[in-house]
Amino acid sequence: MTTLQTVFAKAKADNRAALVGYLPAGFPSKDGAITAAAALVEAGCDVIEIGLPYSDPLMDGPTIQDAVHRSLTNGTRIADVMRTVEGVAATGAATLVMTYWNPIDKYGADRFARDLANAGGVGTITPDLTPEESEPWRAASAAAGIDTVFLVAPSSTEARIKAVVDCCTGFVYAASLMGVTGARETVNVAAEGLVKRTKAHTDLPVCVGLGVGTGAQAAEVAGYADGVIVGSAFIRRILDAPDEAAGLASIGALAGEMAKGVRR
Amino acid sequence: MANEGTILTAADLAGNGAYGNDPDVHGKFGIFGGRYVPEALIPALDEVASVYEKAKNDAQFLREFDHLLRTYAGRPTTLTDVPRFSEEAGGARIVLKREDLTHTGAHKINNVLGQALLTKRLGKKRVIAETGAGQHGVATATAAALLGLECVIYMGAVDCERQALNVARMKLLGATVVPVTNGSQTLKDAINEAFRDWVTNVDTTHYLFGTVAGPHPFPEIVRDFARIIGVEARRQMLELTGKLPDAVCAAVGGGSNAIGIFHAFIGDEGVRLHGYEAAGHGLDSGEHALTLTAGSVGVLHGSRTYVLQDDEGQTIESHSISAGLDYPGVGPEHAWLKDSGRASYHGVTDDQAMAAFSLLARTEGIIPAIESSHALAGALELGRELGPEATILVNLSGRGDKDMGTAMKYFNL
Repeated sequence: MTTLQTVFAKAKADNRAALVGYLPAGFPSKDGAITAAAALVEAGCDVIEIGLPYSDPLMDGPTIQDAVHRSLTNGTRIADVMRTVEGVAATGAATLVMTYWNPIDKYGADRFARDLANAGGVGTITPDLTPEESEPWRAASAAAGIDTVFLVAPSSTEARIKAVVDCCTGFVYAASLMGVTGARETVNVAAEGLVKRTKAHTDLPVCVGLGVGTGAQAAEVAGYADGVIVGSAFIRRILDAPDEAAGLASIGALAGEMAKGVRR
Repeated sequence: MANEGTILTAADLAGNGAYGNDPDVHGKFGIFGGRYVPEALIPALDEVASVYEKAKNDAQFLREFDHLLRTYAGRPTTLTDVPRFSEEAGGARIVLKREDLTHTGAHKINNVLGQALLTKRLGKKRVIAETGAGQHGVATATAAALLGLECVIYMGAVDCERQALNVARMKLLGATVVPVTNGSQTLKDAINEAFRDWVTNVDTTHYLFGTVAGPHPFPEIVRDFARIIGVEARRQMLELTGKLPDAVCAAVGGGSNAIGIFHAFIGDEGVRLHGYEAAGHGLDSGEHALTLTAGSVGVLHGSRTYVLQDDEGQTIESHSISAGLDYPGVGPEHAWLKDSGRASYHGVTDDQAMAAFSLLARTEGIIPAIESSHALAGALELGRELGPEATILVNLSGRGDKDMGTAMKYFNL
């Protein structure tokens, strides 16, 4: 199993940022999600985040909302998420689950952490779990030997950044902008400052997500961050493709462009 | 009190811990409440909490709020005895707290005036809000017009259709109404969309949350601004009947009108607190909004509370004939009151609510909101249970003008 620690150490040795790709489980289909994630790994993604589809994704923009809605309509369950993780981890990429808190809470924190570890998952990103409420999840994750990634935002005070990074293992997710997920024309200038402020409080790698959609943007972010996170841009290409094969080719090409970007 | 020229006290507003159920520093009522939101929103929530903390102890703020409640909202609202309606309740004496007589026609005006004043103190010029039945949207648009704030209302597309009149009212008041077309296209999706707007525009915008749910400090702030309902009603009941009521009844969707009337009675152990949720087509139909009666503990819209959810934590869409009760979550303080046993919660079907709606109109000449009709139906049953000596206070949270379309269809008028 490839750990986050290995991935970031290797990227650092290569003097580049890591490339992190996001896709929801069950999209465009249960098997299609595994094939699509494998295509991202093949094209150069080092880390894959598998999204756990949730009925009320309040920090996601229209692209991910659309994909998640289709996934839930396809009947995606947590067992499918675990199976997706297993399939993707087999490609050699470090594989995380990104999820809102309620599905874990309902499934049972200990059980979820154990099942994820057994599937070969290396950790979770939980965007609506704040440090104040995170203790049960951190305990369950530590017991199962998986990492816990939380988010800092441009609005975070120094005290909040410290509280968040103290809960993180693996890496810290820096949200580049105040807003929901989705590709933007430009990457917010606040991102660089946030990475700098975050690094003052931790030695963990800091990855930037929200709004990254092109190779040039990936290169720009790689100039100051340890990892570049891309989600909506891949999903948009799958949604816009005439068929699954074309979608796979399209996200492979985009991931390839991004992989070059983080190596510039 | 208010119309005698005296003013609201800080204790009237907040109860200031008098009943031992103010949330802790993390916004927890026991295990319920808290904050489950993107980190980006934490500073804004902290700011709202600290500005509110100062405001509620500031005489100037209390004076401004009191002034608006008296001269704009029309407080205090009266109590009305409804003897002809009560005949159907086994002769128990039912007394209505007339929130339907406030400006804009529902209790929602209390909270929005308080939060609109807070918005000014936050130095923000734009408010956003979610709305189900449209009452909170109308109230927010009203307060925004009054205080010169830009106003955007998110409303499920399904709700826009069943409450078309309220959409027109909001537009007339200068608000922008955004129909939300994702998910179930009702209140829960409108809340998701409002949060998305807020996280994007938080520097300029206050999210004028409409019920006692959501992340801390909203459950506490909205409760405090709605609390005047019970403070007045308690005093008025003593004047009218010489004693406290045997029971207080209110409809529960998100729970703001119910907490508003319950809160001042929490310390009165002899007073039963009964909340009525929408049972829609009945529990067995699966089409209901019985969050407290049939839901389970989870997290929705930033707060730990009871939620209608499946075995994997996906929200189940609720159903009610009344848009204002059509919500799969509920305020965390209600969850706490339920688990502590201080309040009890029951279901009222669409048909039972519509029967009470019609009965009040025909026996008393008052057309209630369908939301409030759930509490009326509950009171009829409770009256038959408690007997003719009992006195029951019901929060008539709003008027039924907005529900005429639904009533025309339901009764073939």
